[in-house]
Amino acid sequence: MLEVGLDIQKIRKDFPILQREVNGKPLVYLDNAATSQTPQQVIDVIVDYYHRYNANIHRGVHTLSQEATDAYEAARGTIQKHFNIAKAHEVILTSGTTHSINLVASGFTSLLKEGDEILVSAMEHHSNIVPWQMLCERTGGVLKVIPMNENGELVMTEFHNLLSDKTKLVFCNHVSNALGTVNPIAEIIEASHKAGAAVLVDGAQAAAHIKADMQALDVDFYTASAHKMCGPTGVGMLYGKEEWLTKLPPYQGGGEMIAEVTFEKTTYADLPHKFEAGTPNICGGIAFGAALDYLNGIGMETIVQYEEELLNYATEQLLAIDVLKIYGTAEHKTSVISFNIEGIHPYDIGTILDKLGIAVRTGHHCAQPIMDFYGIPGTVRASFSFYNTKEEVDVLVAGVKRARNMLL
Amino acid sequence: MTIAEIQEEIVDEFSMFDDWMQRYEYMIELGKSLPLIEEQYKTEDNIIKGCQSKVWVHAELDDEKLVFTADSDAIITKGIIAILIRAFSNQRPQDIIDANTEFIDEIGLKEHLSPTRANGLVSMIKQLKLYAVAYQTQLN
Repeated sequence: MLEVGLDIQKIRKDFPILQREVNGKPLVYLDNAATSQTPQQVIDVIVDYYHRYNANIHRGVHTLSQEATDAYEAARGTIQKHFNIAKAHEVILTSGTTHSINLVASGFTSLLKEGDEILVSAMEHHSNIVPWQMLCERTGGVLKVIPMNENGELVMTEFHNLLSDKTKLVFCNHVSNALGTVNPIAEIIEASHKAGAAVLVDGAQAAAHIKADMQALDVDFYTASAHKMCGPTGVGMLYGKEEWLTKLPPYQGGGEMIAEVTFEKTTYADLPHKFEAGTPNICGGIAFGAALDYLNGIGMETIVQYEEELLNYATEQLLAIDVLKIYGTAEHKTSVISFNIEGIHPYDIGTILDKLGIAVRTGHHCAQPIMDFYGIPGTVRASFSFYNTKEEVDVLVAGVKRARNMLL
Repeated sequence: MTIAEIQEEIVDEFSMFDDWMQRYEYMIELGKSLPLIEEQYKTEDNIIKGCQSKVWVHAELDDEKLVFTADSDAIITKGIIAILIRAFSNQRPQDIIDANTEFIDEIGLKEHLSPTRANGLVSMIKQLKLYAVAYQTQLN
């Protein structure tokens, strides 16, 4: 029995999509690491925006524009509070983590010189590898990789060996999307700062499962995507320390990000607008705030505890299946299980599970270096959220057994 | 047999099954009869892009007819390519170019026809037809 005091059936009613059927079976949604589902409370906020106060923000004198601006800035405040960020203008609203990372990578073009070193962890999502490779191509910087071990944990002694006075930047995800590993970012941040390097933590996978405190972590940059936190797609945030955001040049030119424009010279707007060129995803930003309110209404601590129980139960049940192997057995994990059955391609298992109404992810999960490390084409990944149940884990386990019997 | 006749035959076979599970099991069975590609042709160049699993296809002209061999590391994908090859192999390139593929819909695999589907059935059909176009040009 799950022991955390969470009324799951009541929570599930908040998510209309969980009531639907797929291929004639009740949907069992276990692809939360790719995108989470949206509760009615957030959907209502989106609908209300278009019903009542859809308008462009920051520039209008009329009532609708003012209301939209107030709601958008209130959402920024909610994000600031959620991540315990010192100043509201250190919250840059972006289209999501990929945008956030590219913004920082682009900005560092002018700050990096040939021979400067960048450390990146071996378990990054492609979105936290490619922008840095591109940055190195532009600047002559050198990308070095913090290796991982069989359990899917970073080899921290190697990390400390790689750190030197040449290191200018360190990038690491808080949680690995493919393996679920929670990385020791506090240790990474502290050591990097001692070496004089700035740290960007990709929080896309962590944000829905761990409440990250920016001031306590003392991290330089942190990213998150709303759609992995019960919010809509196409919106996310970049946290940056004021001193860094001031140093970085603007990412895109356009409206909103300027103070004054003449054909001779443009002066840029203050933070955060310097990095928010053009009309943003206004509705998305407001809904992002509503999603955080929803999560905090349940309580992040309760969510963390419940998901841990779910993870432990699912791990135990899946491991009971013959020839099933779990990739990513780190001591600290969020509710992600990547697995394979010997002799069966993950794609085949995913296809059969879909027929049974079970949504999982198959493939390399945009983390090919991890798959290369294990020498596999990919995995089946089941990722759980607080609205999943023990009964759904049972459906998954039965589905995997059925797929195995069909395919072996 | 013409492509249309073979397709009709496949549709007939699949019509015996009333649920998806039997259809998939049969497809897996068909995968086992796939004319396998020779190891030397299992190269990067012969991999069909757009599939989550690996699919290799090789084509050879034999007496003005195109003969396909293939393989895949995923068993369901192997079944799908086996069905396509059964319909298109040993046919004249021009007939392959002209053939329609509606029978896929009729055997209950319509969901695999979406161009964004990870198994890349659409990519497979496109690749077989591209081979046909290339060899037809050669024949002309």
